[in-house]
Amino acid sequence: REREGARDITNMSQQAANGVPCRGKVLTLDNMNPNVRRVEYAVRGAIVQRAGQIEKELKEGVKKPFTEVIKANIGDAHAMGQKPISFLRQVLALCSYPELLEDNKFPEDAKHRARRILEACGGHSIGAYSASQGIECVRQDVARYIEKRDGGIPSNPDNIYLSTGASDAIVTMLKLLVCGEGRDRTGVMISIPQYPLYSAALADLGAVQISYYLDEDKCWSLDVAELKRAVDAARQHCNPRVLCIINPGNPTGQVQSRQCIEDVIRFAKEEHLFLMADEVYQDNVYAEGCKFHSFKKVLFEMGPAYSSTVEMASFHSTSKCYMGECGFRGGYMEVINMDPEVKAQLTKLVSVRLCPPVPGQALLDLVVNPPQPDEPSYNTFMKERTAVLAALAEKARLTEQIFNEVPGVTCNPVQGAMYTFPRIALPQKAIDKAKEEGQVPDMFYCMRLLEEEGICLVPGSGFGQREGTFHFRMTILPPTEKLKIVLQKISDFHVRFTQEFS
Amino acid sequence: MNYGTTLLWKRRALSSLSATRRGLPKEKMSENGVLSRAKVLTIDTMNPTVKKVEYAVRGPIVLRAVELERELSEGMKKPFSEVIKANIGDAHAMGQQPITFFRQVLALCSYPELLNDSTFPEDAKSRARRILQSCGGNSMGSYTASQGIDSVRQDVARYIERRDGGVPCDPDDIYLTTGASDGIVTMLKLLVCGEGATRTGVMISIPQYPLYSAALAELGAVQINYYLNEEKCWSMDISELQRALDEARRHCNPRALCVINPGNPTGQVQSRQCIEDVIRFAANERLLLMADEVYQDNVYAEGCQFHSFKKVLFEMGPEYSDTVELVSFHSTSKCYMGECGFRGGYMEIINMDDEVKAQLTKLVSVRLCPPVPGQALMDLVVNPPQPGEPSHDNFIKERTATLSALAEKAKLTEQVLNTIQGISCNPVQGAMYSFPRITIPEKAIQEAMDKGQEPDMFYCMKMLEETGICLVPGSGFGQTDGTYHFRMTILPPTDKLTILLNKVKEFHQKFTQQYS
Repeated sequence: REREGARDITNMSQQAANGVPCRGKVLTLDNMNPNVRRVEYAVRGAIVQRAGQIEKELKEGVKKPFTEVIKANIGDAHAMGQKPISFLRQVLALCSYPELLEDNKFPEDAKHRARRILEACGGHSIGAYSASQGIECVRQDVARYIEKRDGGIPSNPDNIYLSTGASDAIVTMLKLLVCGEGRDRTGVMISIPQYPLYSAALADLGAVQISYYLDEDKCWSLDVAELKRAVDAARQHCNPRVLCIINPGNPTGQVQSRQCIEDVIRFAKEEHLFLMADEVYQDNVYAEGCKFHSFKKVLFEMGPAYSSTVEMASFHSTSKCYMGECGFRGGYMEVINMDPEVKAQLTKLVSVRLCPPVPGQALLDLVVNPPQPDEPSYNTFMKERTAVLAALAEKARLTEQIFNEVPGVTCNPVQGAMYTFPRIALPQKAIDKAKEEGQVPDMFYCMRLLEEEGICLVPGSGFGQREGTFHFRMTILPPTEKLKIVLQKISDFHVRFTQEFS
Repeated sequence: MNYGTTLLWKRRALSSLSATRRGLPKEKMSENGVLSRAKVLTIDTMNPTVKKVEYAVRGPIVLRAVELERELSEGMKKPFSEVIKANIGDAHAMGQQPITFFRQVLALCSYPELLNDSTFPEDAKSRARRILQSCGGNSMGSYTASQGIDSVRQDVARYIERRDGGVPCDPDDIYLTTGASDGIVTMLKLLVCGEGATRTGVMISIPQYPLYSAALAELGAVQINYYLNEEKCWSMDISELQRALDEARRHCNPRALCVINPGNPTGQVQSRQCIEDVIRFAANERLLLMADEVYQDNVYAEGCQFHSFKKVLFEMGPEYSDTVELVSFHSTSKCYMGECGFRGGYMEIINMDDEVKAQLTKLVSVRLCPPVPGQALMDLVVNPPQPGEPSHDNFIKERTATLSALAEKAKLTEQVLNTIQGISCNPVQGAMYSFPRITIPEKAIQEAMDKGQEPDMFYCMKMLEETGICLVPGSGFGQTDGTYHFRMTILPPTDKLTILLNKVKEFHQKFTQQYS
C-alpha cells in the first residue's frame, strides 16, 4: 500500500483538467520544494523582470516615452558608472596573467601584492582551489584589518571565513542555526524594513521570521523596547535564537549610534540570542555626526561579561563601500565566541562547496591591505577612494533634499549605505485601483513609474513596512547629473500620479 | 541528594520542559555542579541535517595532511619532505599550467587599460571587449543577470549545438553557476519535498562524488544507491538501477537519477548504449535525469568516447526528447582548463515545466549572480580561438599537451598499480582519478575496527604518516561492503607521479607484510 501511496504522489500531476490521466512532468509546481515556492526576492523580482522586457523592446525599436531604462533597483555601483579602483584591478590583472609581472607599466606595490597572493595559491595559480575557509594569508590580512579598524581589539584569523559575497556567509550561518519543529522551530529576528535576502533565506530554510520595526519617525533607529515586544510575542510560537541587524541599514541607510549598538548587544545577551551584524556598508557613512561603530568593537569595549560570552558573526563584502565590485563575489565573516564543536561543523559545511572564488578572495585581500602612505599607488588610490565616497555623500544629500520638496513624499536623511527609502502618500483611489488589479499599492505605483519614465525602483512592500504605509527603495548611484534628472522625473511623476488618482 | 540540589534539579527539569517557550537561557550543570550559561549555538541546538553532512575529499585525512604540512614547515622531521595532496582534482595545484589565451582575456577584462597594450593578441582583445560590453558599466565588477550574462549563455548554447552535432539549444535553458556544484545543489533543492514514505529519493552511483551525498544529507532527502559494476570497468547496469529503485519505492518517493559521466571517482566513460538504456529507464520510471558531465573532455582510453546525454536523448526521437526532464552540468574546473578557483559552470535544463523554471529563475536571483570572472572564463571555454585567429595554434598546442599528459598519466597509473600484489586497478578511461581496489589483511581490518576507523581510512592514514601522500579512502565515496579502495588523482607531473606510484607500491607491500 505504501508503494501505491508513493506512486500516487508521483502520478498526482498526471491528472489533466478533464480528469483524464496523462503523463505529467516529474517536477511540477505541486511537487517541488514547498519552501522554495515561498521564497521572494524583490530586488530582482517582478518589476525588474518587466524592466528587462522593456529594455528588450527598446532595443527592438519599440517607441517609448523614454530612451533608456534606469535600473535604480539594485546596489550595483559599476553598472551606474562608478569606476573601479585602479590599484585593485591592476593587481587582479597581474594575478590573472602573471607574465605582466615583467611589464614595467605596473607599479611595484601592485606587483608585490600580486606575488604574495600567487605564492599563497596552489601551483601559484588563482585557478587552484584554495583552502575552504579561504586563503590563509588573506584571512590573516583580514584579521589585521579588523584589528586596525577596531582600535587594536584582537582578531584571530582562524575566526575568519572568506565567502562568496556576504550573502553566502549569511545564508550559511542561518542554516547552521535552524533546528526544531513546530513551536520549537528557530526564530530569527530581522528589521522591518529589511534586505530581502534575509526573508528569502528564512523562507528557504523554513525558519520563523520575527519582524522588529525600525522607527521611521526617528530616522529608522532601532528601539530596544520594540525588540523586546517582538521577541516576547515570538516566544508564543517559536524559539527565537538569532537577532540580525544591518548597519548601516539597507534599505533605510540609517547608521546606528554607539549607544544603540550597546543596547542591542545587551539585549542579545539577556535574551540569549546569536547576533548577526551585517556591516557591508561600513565605509558608506555620509551624515554629519554619524559614525560606523563595529559591533565587535563595541562588544569588546563592554568588557568580558559580554565579550567572552555573546556569540556573534559579522559580515563584510567587496560589493559596496568604495569598491563596488559586486561581480567578484568577495566577502568574509568573523565569528566570535562560537562553540568549537559548532565551528568544526561550520568548517566541514563550507568544505563541500570547496572554496569561494579566488579572484574575489584576492580582491578582498587588497581591500583590507590597500596602498600605504609610502607606496607608489597611495596617492591615486586615496584620490579615487575619496572621490567615490564624496560623490556618494553628495548624492545622498541631494536625494534627501529633492524628495523632501515633493508634497506627499517624505524622505529620511540618507545617513549611509546606498539607498533612499522615502515614504510616499498614495491616494485612496490609487490604492483601490491597485487592489482591483491584484497588486500591492506601492508595486502599482512603481510599475506605473517604470512604464511612464523608464525608471526602475523597488516597492517598499519588497522590504517590509508598517501596515498602511508605502515606500520605494531607490539607489543613489547614478552619476550626479543623471541622478538630478531621475529625481526630477520621479518628483514630477509623483505629482501627476497623485493628481490622476485624486 | 540534598534539598538544595533537589531544587536545582526540579528547576532544571521545569526549565528544560518549557525553556524554549519561556525564553530562558538553557543552563547546564558543569562537573563541579555549578550552573553555567550554555551557548546559544551548540552541537545539540544546531541544524541536525548539517551534522549528517560528510565530504571526504576535504575530510579528516586532509585535515591531518594540512597539520603535517604545518609541522614540516616548522622544521619537524618526517620520513618525507613534502605532503602530496593527491586527494583533490585540482590540476593547477599539481603544476598544470593555465591556458595562456584564457588568462590574457581575463587580464584584459580585469584591467581594460591593457586593451591599448600591443603585447596582447587581437583575438584576446576582441573577446575581452565583447565580454565587457555585455557587463553593466562595461565592468566585470557589476552584478550580471542572475541567470548569467546573456551573450555568454548564447555562446554556451552554440557550443552545445556544435558539440551535439546540431541538436538545437535554447540560451534560455542555460543557467550559469558558481561551479557545477552550485547548479547541482540548486536542482536537488528544487526536487526535495514530501515527508516519511513520500520523501523525495535521489538515485546516485556507488561509488559517487560525495557532493551528492552531502547535499542529500543537508536537504534531508533520501539517498538511493545503485552500484556500479567493478568487474565490468565500473559500468552501469539497468537491472541494478531497477533493483535499487524498486527497493527504494518501499520507503521513499524516488524522483531523480544522477549519473556522473565520465565518472568520479571511477573514471569510467559510459557507452552510448548504456546512456540510451539509462534514458529509457528514466523515462519509464519517471525520473528526472541529472547528468554531471564536468569531465567531458577528459577521455583517454581507446574505444571510449564522450556521448552527451542530451545528444543521445535527441537521437532517440521525440517520444523521449520531448518528455524526459534532463539537466546536464559542466564546469571550468576540469577538462584541459583546470580553473577550479574561478568557480565557473553552467547547467542546461531540458523539458522543465515552465512554472518550475520560473521558480528556479527566482531562486537563483536571491544570490544575485555567479562570479563574473568565472562567467567570462566559461565564455572563452565555449568560444575558444578558431583556426585563422592569432592565438589558435598556441591554444591547440597547450590544450593538446595537457590532455595527452593526462592520458599518459592515466595509463601509467593503471599500469603501475596493477603490478602491485593486492591492488587491482580498472582502466582509467577518463576524468582525473584512479580508484583501485586494495586488499587489506584481516589483522589490519581488526586494528582499524578497534580504533573505530574504517579499514581504508586506517590504511590511508598510515600511508599519509609514512609517505606524506594524501589520498581519500574509498569509504568516502561508497563501495560494496567488504571491499576497500582509495581515490588518487593522476594530476602530479609525470615524473613525480611515477615516484608517487612507486611509494604507494612500497607502502602497500610493507603494510601487507606488517599485518600478515
